[in-house]
Formats: sequence, C-alpha cells, structure tokens
Amino acid sequence: MKTLYDKIWDAHVVVPETDAPAIIYIDIHLIHEVTTPQAFSGLKKRGLRVRRTGRTFGTMDHSIPTSSRSLSGFDEMAANQVRTLAENCAEFGVPLYDLNSARQGIVHVIGPELGLTQPGRTLVCGDSHTSTHGAFGALAHGIGTSEVEMVLATQCLLQRKSKNYRVNFDGPLQPGVTAKDMILALIAKIGTGGGTGHVFEFTGSAVRALDMDARMTICNMSIEGGARAGLIAPDDTTFEYVAGREFAPKGRDWDEALARWKKLPSDDGAHFDQSVTIDAASLEPMITYGTNPGMAIPLTARVPAPSTPEDVQALRYMALEPGQELLGHPIDVVFIGSCTNSRLSDLRNAAGLLRGRKVNPRVRMLVVPGSYEVKRQAEAEGLDRVFKEAGAEWREAGCSMCIAMNGDSVPAGKTSVSTSNRNFEGRQGKGARTLLASPLTAAASAVEGRVADPRRFA
Amino acid sequence: MKISSRIVVVPQENIDTDQIIPARFLKVTDKIGIGRHLFEDRPEFQVEKGFDILVAGDNFGCGSSREHAVWALKDFGFKAVISTSFADIFRQNSLKNGLLPVAVDSRTHALLKPGVLVTIDLASQTLSIEGGPTVTFPIDSFSKTCILEGLDEIGYILKHDTAISAYEQRN
Repeated sequence: MKTLYDKIWDAHVVVPETDAPAIIYIDIHLIHEVTTPQAFSGLKKRGLRVRRTGRTFGTMDHSIPTSSRSLSGFDEMAANQVRTLAENCAEFGVPLYDLNSARQGIVHVIGPELGLTQPGRTLVCGDSHTSTHGAFGALAHGIGTSEVEMVLATQCLLQRKSKNYRVNFDGPLQPGVTAKDMILALIAKIGTGGGTGHVFEFTGSAVRALDMDARMTICNMSIEGGARAGLIAPDDTTFEYVAGREFAPKGRDWDEALARWKKLPSDDGAHFDQSVTIDAASLEPMITYGTNPGMAIPLTARVPAPSTPEDVQALRYMALEPGQELLGHPIDVVFIGSCTNSRLSDLRNAAGLLRGRKVNPRVRMLVVPGSYEVKRQAEAEGLDRVFKEAGAEWREAGCSMCIAMNGDSVPAGKTSVSTSNRNFEGRQGKGARTLLASPLTAAASAVEGRVADPRRFA
Repeated sequence: MKISSRIVVVPQENIDTDQIIPARFLKVTDKIGIGRHLFEDRPEFQVEKGFDILVAGDNFGCGSSREHAVWALKDFGFKAVISTSFADIFRQNSLKNGLLPVAVDSRTHALLKPGVLVTIDLASQTLSIEGGPTVTFPIDSFSKTCILEGLDEIGYILKHDTAISAYEQRN
C-alpha cells in the first residue's frame, strides 16, 4: 500500500538510493530570472548543454516592473538580470515567455495554465513556492541554484526520500472562510518547522470541495509549514482543469493519461509517518500578527502573549501589544497578488466584495494578477473596472509586493494586509509590517482602512 | 575538514533567508561580494567578521530557496552553521556549497555561548566544545564524501547517463 507521494517517487527513480541519494527524474523544470544566472554560468564553465530543452520553460516574474511591461528606465540591475535570462534561454534553446509574451506570468501561475503541471509529474523550480503545483497531484518542490544547474545539465536530482505527512481537513467551510484560512490555520498549529523532512498530503471533504485555484493556495504555503512539497490527490476537478490546455495530452494520449492519473491517489491504509486533522467547519478567517506565517490567529482573536524572545521581537517589529484585537487595527496598504492568491477566483472574491464600494482614502491598494492570461480573463469579466472604480491600482503580472524586489514595496513602519505568503521582517520592504490574510479579508480591510471581517460584508 | 574557531551566536529561532540576505540584493548575476549584505537589515545580530562558525536558533534558513543565503554566509567567512535544526532547502544548499550545517541537541546548543572555542571535525562527525563535551552530529553520508573528496555531484549523475537515457526511452 502506497501513498500518492510514494507512487510518484517510485515512478521517477532512475537509480535507487544506496549510500548515495536516489537519482530522480524531473519531468518539468521552470526557470526565472533571479535564481538561474549563476546556474547557466556553471553550465558554460562545464561546457554542458541543457539536456531536455522541451522540458525546461522560462518566464520573468520576480524582479520585473508591474507598472508597465517595459524595462526602459527600470532599475538597471534588475533589467540586466532579465536580459541575462533572455540571453541564456536563447543560447541554450529554452523556450521563454518574456515580457512580450501572452503566456508570461508568475512561474507557479503559468505552469498550471499552460497544462505543464500534470498529475503524477515531477516538477522543480528555483523557488520555494514550487510546492503550489502539488495541487494537481504532481511532486513539486523548490530547489537552490546548484540544483537548477544540476537539472539543466542532467534532467535529474539527487534526492533522499521524505516522509509522508497527512493533513486532513474535514467538514464544510463557513461562508467567508477560504483556502488561505485553512493553510494559515495549519501552520499556526504545527509551526513553520512542523513539516520539515516531510511531504504533506492534504485530504478530507473540505479539500475535495475546493476548486483548483484554492487547492493551489493550500499547496503553495506547504513550504511555510516546513514541508518542501504538498500534494492533493487528482480527481475530476483536476482533470477538468487540465483538459484542453496547451501542453495537456490530447486524444488517445489523454485517455491513457487519465487512466494513469486515476491510479495515483493514496491506497486505503497507506502509511503516513505523521498526521493531523483540522475541523474545517469550525475555522474562521485567519490573519497573521507576527513575523512568520505560523504566528496566525482567527480574525476575531486577540494577539497572544509572547512566550519566546522571538515573539517579543515580532511584536516589537509589528508594533502590536499582547491582548490587542487585530480587528479595527489601522492599515496603510492592501496587496492582492502573489503565487498564493493572484488567480482568477482570488480576484473574483476580492472584486465581489469591492463592487460598488470604495477603498478607504488612507489605503493604497495594489491588485496584481498572477499572469497575463489571468489579467486578460479578469478584464474580459470587467473585474479591472471594479478595482479601478473602487480606487485600487490594476497592474501587470508579476511577483510584485510579495517579495518587493521591483520597487513595489510597503514603506517602513507602514502596515499592509497582504494575500501573499510571507510576513518575515522586511519581506515587503525594509521596516514593512505585513498581515497575511485571504483576498476576502484583504478587500474588506481595504474598504474600512482597518483590519476588517469580510463576513460583515456578506 | 577540520574547523576550529570561536563562535558568533545569534540566539533567535526561525531565522529565514530573507533575514540572511534581503531580496533587494538578489538582482545579481554572479556570487561575488554578496557577503557584504549578510544580515544587512538585522544589525542587532552583531555578526562580526573573523569567525568561522555561526550558531543560531532552531529551524535556521527557513523560507525562500535562495542559495544567495548560503553564498552570503560563505563569502562573509563562515564555514559552518550550528543549530538544533535546519530548513530542508537551506540544508541542501549548504551542503552543495561546502558550508557545514551542524545539527546538535538542545542541551549541547545551550553550551554554545558567544566566544566559546569550538572544533568541528567532518571526518569523525564530531563537535568539541573547549572545556566541555565532544558530541557527534549527523550528516548525509554522500554529502560528506562529496565535501571531503571534492566529488562533483553533477559529474556523479552524468556517470549514470546510460540509466538516464534508458529511463527517457521507457517514459
């Protein structure tokens, strides 16, 4: 009896583990401008080529502007990094979805959109949020630049197998509670190192009920719980999403793939080294108060008393007091975007709440679609007009204010409600204070200019 | 590989890679001089040059996969980091760059006060504290061989080219 993880692992072993780690085959390798220049330099030094150009795909997302799709007049170092990626992709024959491409976007948004992310595949990228793709039942995780070079050169990785960790969410979600709240609740429970050495598998009726965008939100933040990868067993929701996409199998290949994919779910009675169950029906919208994603509480709770020096430092940095309510806490910036929450359904959720309302004048609100394609679809539905009429900025696709490399940042001492994945000190800009929450909570807070409960807007 | 040095201690837990090297310094296309931005936004850590060993709290290197964090630590001069645990990607990145991630139990960790002289011997996988105990630490056997013998991992995989090609034929 095998878990989903066991099955994908076994199917990709090129050389089994001995004293040395196993050599594992990588089906899809996504690359971007920030974590690849040194890897390509390494390849050149070795005189090697990219082994499978048809399995490697590049795009630009981290350091690019979102005010326009042009690099003219943009930060010279960032522009140089973007040009370096373009040169490397051209030299090594790697397809690149650059700033002129209708397929450009955040790596973890475009992989699924293009149909590159498929059940049962192994997928890596030099970005820790590669865990996102696990929503399709693909084994996907972040790698460092040395490993990027390794995969470019060999299409393989040296890996020791992780342990299996089952995360079960049972019960229907209450209105106003979303996938973001589910994953924040998990990390609050197990801590940011709780999943170290493990691969999560998310199971239960609450997970099955989610659409693919929401499943990606959950798997995306597996890394924030310490697990390199998070998986959800593929089902009809998955197959419907993948069907017909550019790189999805077609015709007879599709039928064969579907038969294979249906065998992937964990066998009944398969062994999990660890497991945890969360009652999804009792979850509330969640929000972070501290400086790592594990420092999260229900929106209506009070900031807990610090128990470690780290907690003390976190509250000092966030300028919050123990026992304080977060509801009603004044905010300055709202960011809707990132590989966690920048997909069409995220934008629909936020726009649904904002329709006919105004962003509070004290708040700067940035809405950054995850890809050019998400932007196009959102505009076709008129969501861009909802955001603009409310007073929000409607941007081009990219990572933007999640990592604040491109000039989209939160000023020092200012507080943001952000749909991104990390509230680390300085993550959204030096001295920036980040409260992580769902697109619904972010939109509600934008309207009030304070942390607000989206359930009050129903 | 033997490292003997007084230690710098940052007692905080969950130090993420954004603290080690903030994202605005990731726009480089090489690794040169990146150590000058190590802990740039955390001056209160008081991490000084002239030490080979950094001691930090639990779950060191969590967060982003940026290998720049390891390059910055190495370029600054560190050869080993001691903690009670490391985030998975950080540990991998460290081993691939010859920066030793040394995990010890919390009792040993508590003995590691600033300025204490510590000797780490990779071959015997031991850590000795001056005037204190000598303990063993775990390390991946393959990574150990790679570091001690200068074995190149990409070269190692390429030796299995026939197996990789066979896999590609089958799939």
